[in-house]
Amino acid sequence: MLNLQPYADPKYFVILLLALAPLAIGLYFGKRFAWYEVIVSFAFIFLMFNGKKYHEGYAIIGFMIWQWLLVWGYTLYRKKANNTVVFYVVTLLAILPLFLVKLSAPTHWTHVATLLGFLGISYLTFRSVGMILETRDGSIKEFNPWLFLRFMLFMPTISSGPIDRYRRFIADVTSVPDRDKYLKMLEKAVWYFFLGFLYNFVISAYFFQSFVLPQVKSLAIESASVHGGLTWWLVPVMYASGLNLFFNFAGYSLFAVATSYVMGIEVPMNFNKPFLSKNLKEFWNRWHMTLSFWFRDYIFMRFVFLIMKKKWIKSRVTTSNLAYIFNMLVMGFWHGLHWYYIVYGLFHGVGLVINDAWLRYKKKHNVPHNKFTEALAIFITFNVVMVSFLIFDGFLDKLWFK
Amino acid sequence: MAVKEEVVEILNTIIGEDISDQMDDDFFESGLLDSMSTVELLLDLESKFNIQAPVSEFNRDEWNTPNKVIAKVESLIG
Repeated sequence: MLNLQPYADPKYFVILLLALAPLAIGLYFGKRFAWYEVIVSFAFIFLMFNGKKYHEGYAIIGFMIWQWLLVWGYTLYRKKANNTVVFYVVTLLAILPLFLVKLSAPTHWTHVATLLGFLGISYLTFRSVGMILETRDGSIKEFNPWLFLRFMLFMPTISSGPIDRYRRFIADVTSVPDRDKYLKMLEKAVWYFFLGFLYNFVISAYFFQSFVLPQVKSLAIESASVHGGLTWWLVPVMYASGLNLFFNFAGYSLFAVATSYVMGIEVPMNFNKPFLSKNLKEFWNRWHMTLSFWFRDYIFMRFVFLIMKKKWIKSRVTTSNLAYIFNMLVMGFWHGLHWYYIVYGLFHGVGLVINDAWLRYKKKHNVPHNKFTEALAIFITFNVVMVSFLIFDGFLDKLWFK
Repeated sequence: MAVKEEVVEILNTIIGEDISDQMDDDFFESGLLDSMSTVELLLDLESKFNIQAPVSEFNRDEWNTPNKVIAKVESLIG
């Protein structure tokens, strides 16, 4: 049976672009074929879960019914009342499927993972929870089943983002870009597809994953068996796995953005030269941006807002430090319930706290600033990030505890 | 005091310098305002003008200069 994993091989792109051609022609002539777009989206999602992945297909249907009822029910409720407890319960219920799937890894509940898990559950949960939070704020007032389905099941970004926002997406999907703008989007799409091929297939899959990484990793394991867990071979492992992470993921994001552009949807970009960041805060404004902005707007800012409004903590610095650690810890847990993801989150939380203290110090004192200090800042930030990616990679777990 | 002066005063206090000569400068771009101070701004505007400015209404493209904040506040006072 035909099974198509998103952006996995050249064949996928040929089928995808053929399927999208009628849509592109329509957009060129100022028409958006909404039904066709939905059918293509559904067909590709179906093909993701066809064959031996059929149980994921059932899981996504169950998941969609669950989220549908929650978002719809909460919108109806919100018109009449606005109780905080109800809001928290609905939000937790929306996260519940994802939470159970994440929990099934360390507890070895394979039946839970089989029953509820599917590729893209994280990204669909972000979409749904975002809608619930905005409904709470009164920014989303109506539940439109048709637009809800189109937002949730928009195929290009289902497996790995970028994470779009409901109101932004709806504005795009209910209008047609004018011809000049659409042609510019197509032009960008072509460029992003080829850049994505270079990043994902050539640099990540070919150079790092099948060539560099297996070699340096086996050398590290070999050396660790003689000299103990902290071997110098961890340094090349660190750079190779960190760079691989970027090229692999940035490549996927480029594919997703390019595909969305062909469909006339301006999904936000996910990466903006992250390794040129001068500090850790800037890094999170350039790395996996739609995720970090999601966390910034829906977790960090809401957390700070709550603390400040209720006046629980007087000190501004303490508040922001707590919020950083909380925010990044949640992100760590979201990646998965493994020690290395949680340590990764904590590492970045503490890193942001230190970074903020430094920025405050710099503001007060006259710290020299020139081209050399900027280059030094970029160098330090890059290496701090690389250490965090080595933790994230999980290789240390294999090396030390397995 | 007019809305404009009051907003500028709030911004000056939060940012810690006088911004009245950079009314159209993007304060996120320049790093003068971050997520923390944004929340402070929203809370100050809320209590000063008695308006509802929830976090999810806060779109960084629409709130990124002093003049835009003034326009937003004026529209929210209605």
